[in-house]
Amino acid sequence: MTPALELAVARQIGEFELDVAFTVESGVSVLFGPSGAGKSLTLALIAGLMRPDAGTIAINGHVVTDCSRGTYVTTQKRRIGMVFQDGLLLPHRSALDNVALAVRQASGRRARRALARAWLERVGAEGFADRRPGSLSGGQRQRVALARGLAGDPALVLLDEPLSALDSAVRRELRSLIRGVIVSSGVPAVLVTHDPEEAEELGDVIIAYNHGRVTGRRVVERPECPAPPPGGPESTGPV
Amino acid sequence: MPSASAGGPGEHRTSVIGLVPRSWLNALGIPPWVWSPLSVSLHAAFEATIVVALVGSALGFLLAKGRFPGRDAIETVCSLPMALPPTVVGWYLLTQMGGPGPIRNAELRLFGHPLTFTFNGIVVAQIIESFPYCLRFSRAAIAGVDPRFEQAARAMGLSRWRTALLVTVPLARRGLVAGVAMAFGRALGDFGATMIVAGSVPLATTMPIALYEAVFYGSHEQAMVLALVQLALAFAILFGVSGLGKVRPW
Amino acid sequence: MKREHKTAQRLDNRQKAAVISVVVLVGFALGFAAAHLLAGYIAYWDIVSGPFLLSLRVTFAAAIIAGTTGIASGYVLAKGRFPGRDLLETVGSLPIILPPTVLGYYLLEVLSAGTRPGGFLTRVTGHVFVYNASGCTIAAAVAAYPFCMRAARTAIEGVDPLLEQAARAMGLPNWRVALQVTLPLARRGIAAGLTIGSARALGEYGATLMVGGDINGKTRTLSLAVLDSFTTPERDTILLILVLMAIIAMTGVGLLGRSRA
Repeated sequence: MTPALELAVARQIGEFELDVAFTVESGVSVLFGPSGAGKSLTLALIAGLMRPDAGTIAINGHVVTDCSRGTYVTTQKRRIGMVFQDGLLLPHRSALDNVALAVRQASGRRARRALARAWLERVGAEGFADRRPGSLSGGQRQRVALARGLAGDPALVLLDEPLSALDSAVRRELRSLIRGVIVSSGVPAVLVTHDPEEAEELGDVIIAYNHGRVTGRRVVERPECPAPPPGGPESTGPV
Repeated sequence: MPSASAGGPGEHRTSVIGLVPRSWLNALGIPPWVWSPLSVSLHAAFEATIVVALVGSALGFLLAKGRFPGRDAIETVCSLPMALPPTVVGWYLLTQMGGPGPIRNAELRLFGHPLTFTFNGIVVAQIIESFPYCLRFSRAAIAGVDPRFEQAARAMGLSRWRTALLVTVPLARRGLVAGVAMAFGRALGDFGATMIVAGSVPLATTMPIALYEAVFYGSHEQAMVLALVQLALAFAILFGVSGLGKVRPW
Repeated sequence: MKREHKTAQRLDNRQKAAVISVVVLVGFALGFAAAHLLAGYIAYWDIVSGPFLLSLRVTFAAAIIAGTTGIASGYVLAKGRFPGRDLLETVGSLPIILPPTVLGYYLLEVLSAGTRPGGFLTRVTGHVFVYNASGCTIAAAVAAYPFCMRAARTAIEGVDPLLEQAARAMGLPNWRVALQVTLPLARRGIAAGLTIGSARALGEYGATLMVGGDINGKTRTLSLAVLDSFTTPERDTILLILVLMAIIAMTGVGLLGRSRA
């Protein structure tokens, strides 16, 4: 099976040197380490928001960055989804509109909105689908952000400390939601966190980071049932 | 209800305030020496602002987002009217539009007649004077949008066009509107450049020039009224702009 | 996701290049003007020097007045928490779009002798404020004031409050915190405001015309002199000086605004 992500990159910013290589087969891979270790930088490189100095990145077998050949696919052409630490939902649009904006695979306003609504239901946000982000709590916003990250049928979803800005009660509540939704959607994920509990609870594989290097890799034992077959709401939901 | 100013050979179009019939204005007690310059000022500023808003916002966007050399040089050149005395601007306009040269040839081709001492000349002078305000406000507003929103949009797959239209511009809308409002206010308030380009033909002048003449010829009551009206207008515009929030282009 | 940081090195080079080009440009132009002025046309200099020196005095004085009041009010507006704060800033910003003739009219009303405040001032100080250089200075200062004030406010608001708190924790009284911490940290923005304010003061026309009266030799500043019945070379010299000043000013503002570490 083609790995979801193959990455081997190097990038220097000022005094800081990033030099990492790893592969994500499927499931949730957690980049875990202290602040400033280069985890968010790695996500930026995967997303194409920044370019490495050297190396290659391939998503689902497609080479999106290859410094030796000069290949570089722009961010908007990479089939990725992103969930940011502060959500970054557009403040002037409703939650539903925000998610609908990310839907690429359906055409027609009605279809996009229907798909968006289905995703909002999956994350438990259908109750405030028509409200603007400004009137939502932090936890509610991150639910919408998660829906937005997955709604575009991405080949890979990137989460940059999605829960760090929330207080601990909300954080615990959302942890299982994130794991549940991502696993059931079947989309491989790369999640950045500095919280060890979060890493254990959310990751199938934990990749340890320190000072811009990968210092270890560990598979998390999960005694539960195997993941259901991949498929999002678009395979069974309304069209 | 054209005022006496010439838009060139041919008629001066009905002005904004010309929507109100003359009889009403007289009934309200608003004398011609108020509504005539007011009408010219509003009309000219309106036309000037439309041009400035379109070009200024677009250029401001380009300057905020673009990564080409000479970005700051362009902004400096376009901002010169803010630092130049309006007499300099007016003088160059007068000599270029009135005397021989490439600009006069262009305007003869476009308009069929020189723009000096015409309504359109006033509009041109106001465009030049108010352009830097819109440009700087727009650039500051667009540059002030948190780039991470745009990153999020790109991650969602939105093309550069859609990102600009659906994300950047709406997030910057307050500053953009403020820029247009400031440009309008500046166009309304222009004196030096307008006076040189258009002269001071009675009943065909703008408000600031009308005030100057009122003071010059000693009509104190007229001066008082004209000054008060303009003060109220400027205050209203500034008040509106401040309500739009903090955008600081300098 | 953090944005890419420009390294400090790249900024310095760009800054250097910009400064060098401005210096070269200024050098050229000044040399040109000097050659023009000194090329045997003594009468030239007589005609141009009057407005030139007057503008120099007026702009310098206006810049000092507008600068100090602008920084002071900018500080108060940035730090103060009182009702009507934004209203005060709006009123202070009026000269930006207020037609210069309106400004001149009200200044004339206020400063003229008689029963107004101007009359009171005249009786007290024995000095008349209209139709002389003082009037020009006041008009130019009022025109420049909003630029200084707004820039100062923005710059002061942009200072990291933690640094001020640290200074207070060290035992420095408030006025020393302001002078030794806040203002120095805000100097870039303040300088930009001063630059654009000075340019505005130099270029002031409408209000200066009304309050000063365009009296040859006494109140004819450079911007008024452009319209004089000069012959071409004199006018060209004046235009050159004014355009140069404007370019220097806006380039300075651009430099001060852009380079942020």
